[in-house]
Amino acid sequence: MNPVLLIDFGSTYTKVTAVDTDEAKLLGTASSYTTVQTDINNGLNSAIAKLEMMTGHIEYRERYAASSAAGGLRMLASGLVPELTAEAAKCASLGAGAKVLKTYAFELNEDDANEIRKIDPDIFLLVGGTDGGNSKCILHNAKVLAEIGGDFPIVIAGNRNAVRECERILAGREVHICENVMPKFGVLNIAPAQQVIREVFLKKIVRAKGLTEASELISGIMMPTPSAVMAAMKLLAEGTEKQSGIGELIAVDVGGATTDIYSVSDGMPDDPRTMMKGLPEPYIKRTVEGDIGMRYSIRGIVDSAGIKTIAELAGLTVERTEELIERFAEHTDLLPDSDETKALDEALACMAVRIAVTRHAGRIEETYNMCGTAYVQTGKNLMNIDRIVITGGSLIHTEHTEHIASFALYDEKDPTSLKPKKASVLVDRKYIIAAMGLLSEHYPEAAFTIMKEELVNNVIAK
Amino acid sequence: MEKKTLVIGVIGADVHAVGNQILYHAFTDAGFNVINLGVMVSQEEFISAAIETNADAILVSSLYGQGELDCRGMREKCDEAGLDNILLYVGGNIVIGKQPFEEVEQRFKAMGFDRSFPPGTPPEVDIECLKEDLHIQ
Ligand code: B12
Repeated sequence: MNPVLLIDFGSTYTKVTAVDTDEAKLLGTASSYTTVQTDINNGLNSAIAKLEMMTGHIEYRERYAASSAAGGLRMLASGLVPELTAEAAKCASLGAGAKVLKTYAFELNEDDANEIRKIDPDIFLLVGGTDGGNSKCILHNAKVLAEIGGDFPIVIAGNRNAVRECERILAGREVHICENVMPKFGVLNIAPAQQVIREVFLKKIVRAKGLTEASELISGIMMPTPSAVMAAMKLLAEGTEKQSGIGELIAVDVGGATTDIYSVSDGMPDDPRTMMKGLPEPYIKRTVEGDIGMRYSIRGIVDSAGIKTIAELAGLTVERTEELIERFAEHTDLLPDSDETKALDEALACMAVRIAVTRHAGRIEETYNMCGTAYVQTGKNLMNIDRIVITGGSLIHTEHTEHIASFALYDEKDPTSLKPKKASVLVDRKYIIAAMGLLSEHYPEAAFTIMKEELVNNVIAK
Repeated sequence: MEKKTLVIGVIGADVHAVGNQILYHAFTDAGFNVINLGVMVSQEEFISAAIETNADAILVSSLYGQGELDCRGMREKCDEAGLDNILLYVGGNIVIGKQPFEEVEQRFKAMGFDRSFPPGTPPEVDIECLKEDLHIQ
């Protein structure tokens, strides 16, 4: 037996997952409420105590942790053109597991400067210009950052002809220089920036967030929780040396404040003659909808889906729906406790899934000319994906998870959105995905086996 | 000498791809750094690409006859985006049918295009003009 403990320091809960890697078995999971105020170790100790009530005492050989505590890895990014380097910067930060509070485009102004000072991010990602291209913007923004002061680290991943000058402008600040996120026009190169972000996270952030003490007990790999989820999804899709993966997939995590969507797929068009427009898409893509969530961002769901649609779906009157939504928005810790609130929560979840997956997925447009029809695709084609993984507290405990998941599917009323045609649903009932992502760094075979075993598989039809 | 950067592409819903490819190779061989956006390119895409790459000129192709409509307002958008005085060329079959080219040229000049090229202009001519306008010896 080789017992390993996986820890996920969340913003409200610390979750622990115990596995035996020799047998590739899940031994148990437990979680404990933690607040920002309380010492992070209290949460960990009480979660472990709960776990041991089920498993008995275990001497763990190794302990690994992920963290989204204290707001997660809070990042800001700035680029030049919104659809180009600013988008690439956002994409790089999200892919590194960060919580991107804002992405700026073009030159930062005084108001932006004040906002940045106020937000005081964990890391700032400064990009702009292709190599040999525009350097005016990134140099200007470096100056603004220099004037802001503060001591947040700055990762520079812009025009290579300007980065050293940026470094000089930012003399005295912690600066990390890496390859351009868009070295050539239309080429996305986010891995180097992500690597640096990860290193800075490990070195600085973990310490700053009071995780040091805990980290003495921990054998290694602290990563932001979303990175652990991404690692798990990649493993599940691709498999290991000995086991073949389940293929391309998307994962949906509806939370109280945000909704995260992950896709592991190349996203290429079915018809090779289809023309691609816009930025190339990363193979593992993460998007976060900051306005879509079950409690803190409940208003965003209503704004986007419409109160009528939600009321209809929940089988309630518009007035009653308004009332209940008001209450959820005010009391963000309310759990559904009646048939009415359960129905409403389910309707909200359905809409959150639809909105977030639609924003994540690409689109195809038809244009006509004399020689027939031409197709232009922007974003990822997810039509052929046939696995949807459902995770996150808001969904894994619902009764009709498959029904909710079906809102991730292709919708005839929105035919240009490239969402999966049909899919089976894997539900992360025991909330182990982030833990398996952590485990996968050293024990990919065990992590894969456990996921295949534990994710409940059901086919959905629409 | 530093390479000059050109953004090229075929504007609007136009799919005529052959001339664009020829121009890409001709300009690259002539020593330019060429950002080729291909066919079906919007004004915004030309402009965004020019901003990020700090381009020296935008060369718009239009073959299918709707060039005048597609090009309208492009100079104003460039100004708006801070691409001050960027060199703007247009070429191909930029208008419908056979119209006296001097008139066509005048109209495109009024729209802010520095130069317009009639159908069948060989790339050598374009390159000479670029060298002159961008002060390349
Ligand atoms: C092949 C072709 C097609 C093919 C294109 C295939 C493809 N994907 O490339 C298909 C069948 C799809 C097609 C469709 C259409 N076509 Co067509 N097509 C042609 C054809 C026969 C040849 C074009 C070509 O490749 N020429 C060879 C290249 C090398 O030359 P070029 O494109 O002119 O480019 C050179 C120069 O013009 C110059 N240049 C070009 N752009 C620029 C820009 C700058 C800044 C500079 C300096 C120079 C420059 O340099 C290039 C290299 O030397 C022409 C007729 C002709 N002989 O030109 C018609 C032609 C262009 N098509 C025409 C039309 C009307 C159409 C259609 C609307 C309908 C139709 N009749 O089929 C559709 C439009 C589809 C669409 N949405 O774009 C008309 C346009 C009429 C007009 N402008 O008034 C033409 C002129 C035929 C005609 N005489 O009626 N077409």
